[in-house]
Amino acid sequence: MYAPQILIEAALNGLMTGAVYALIALGLTLVYGVLHIINFAHGALLTCAMFAVWGASAWLRLDPYAAMLAVVPLMFGAGYALQRCVIGPASGGSDNNILLVTLGLSIVLENGLLAIFRSDTRTLDSDAALQVVEVGPLLLSTPRLIGFATALAVTGLLWLLLERTDTGRAIRAVAREKLGARLVGIDVDHVYAVTFGLGCACLAVAACLLMPTFYVNPRSGAAFVLVAFTIVVLGGMGSIAGALVGGLVVGVVESFSGLFLGDSLGQIGIFLIFILVLLVRPTGLFGVRG
Amino acid sequence: MLEVRGLRAGYGGTEVLRGIDLAVGAGEIVAVLGANGVGKTTLNKVLSGLVPAAAGEIRFEDRPIARASAAAIVEAGLIHVPEGRKIFPNLSVRENLVLGSYRRGRARRGANLERVFALFPRLKERARQAAGTLSGGEQQMLAIGRGLMAEPRLLILDEPSLGLSPLLVEEMFALVKDLNREGLPIMLVEQNVVQSLDLASRAYILENGTVALSGAASALAADPALRRAYLGL
Repeated sequence: MYAPQILIEAALNGLMTGAVYALIALGLTLVYGVLHIINFAHGALLTCAMFAVWGASAWLRLDPYAAMLAVVPLMFGAGYALQRCVIGPASGGSDNNILLVTLGLSIVLENGLLAIFRSDTRTLDSDAALQVVEVGPLLLSTPRLIGFATALAVTGLLWLLLERTDTGRAIRAVAREKLGARLVGIDVDHVYAVTFGLGCACLAVAACLLMPTFYVNPRSGAAFVLVAFTIVVLGGMGSIAGALVGGLVVGVVESFSGLFLGDSLGQIGIFLIFILVLLVRPTGLFGVRG
Repeated sequence: MLEVRGLRAGYGGTEVLRGIDLAVGAGEIVAVLGANGVGKTTLNKVLSGLVPAAAGEIRFEDRPIARASAAAIVEAGLIHVPEGRKIFPNLSVRENLVLGSYRRGRARRGANLERVFALFPRLKERARQAAGTLSGGEQQMLAIGRGLMAEPRLLILDEPSLGLSPLLVEEMFALVKDLNREGLPIMLVEQNVVQSLDLASRAYILENGTVALSGAASALAADPALRRAYLGL
């Protein structure tokens, strides 16, 4: 058995990674909850955002955290335009089509990145990844701590947006009652695009938080999105609170299974939980029966 | 106020409205009556910009709106309380009302909210409750309240009495009368012929996508053809 200090560190590390997972899952669950589509392009869009952060750092010498101010609006705009000009019109109103359109989009994006950047793996050339803070007897990685705080803050902001603003109420209204929404003058296509943009903005924040300690290549988003799908199912499809709690749980589980089973088997715990949830509570922790 | 001329519309190749002419004047209650499937709900959807008009003209306060978006029509003050309420079940009663002023009437949102709560005290009691948990009658009140939040210049009520108990139907018609007495013109789309003719000043009877009969409500109520067809007399 490990010393309690190591266990506590593993738990904290898991929570910190989990918060960033939660952010990625948040984008996925928001788009699912409102547009009722599973966005297969989520991973490719995350990769795009990570390349944007890498580019900002390599070419413009921007700090990855400062780059957030540019990458978040950029990804929001890209998401808005994608939904408004590509996904919406191409789907012709059928959910099956949207599934295919987002899948196709992910293939186009991934291969576009491959054409431009080749399959090389890139990292930020900064030493931020190695910095630690001492909290009592514990050593915590600074970028992960920043990631944790930022991810929680963004989740909180998103919640406030959805609960307290007209735009947020309109998003929730459209999620369940499109016709009623149009009759109070809500532009449903605009709300869809805003929601998709918000999902992409979550990815942009996640990319800025990941890049200091992670690498990017044209396929690196896919690994995170697999975990994000697990989180969305665990927390309940479409639930914001579910995405946050699910993300934290998955982070801790991954950290502990990595500790006990070795790094290469770290994700096995996640998928065990995934199967258990599907068996015992298919609607997820915060899900409502459809 | 509202003028419709030669309106045709449908879905795909199926024509539902085959040339409708009707008008609603300031301060009037106009009833649009007819059995299921004659095109009443389609007419409402075209008027509120949800279904495009294939031909014909719609003017609201002398502005053409046949090609306008649903949002622009709400903005102009033509408010449609739809059949089946279409409230937001996952939002609270208060949030439903607040969204009523999403496009129009935002400046006086607080005052209008108080007004709706005064009109429907039941909604005030349940302000924080999810709208989906309300009873059918309460949901109908909420749908009308949400419409009033947009400060309508003309209110279209589609089957407000549908699915309500006879007592609540009485209440609903009394409410329509009260709203109209304050000067709000109302287009009442109903299957409930007797009570609607009682309330309205004029009425249109739709049959098979066209206006079969129209005129003063009292004259229509006495019309032998109508009495045979709709009242079973």
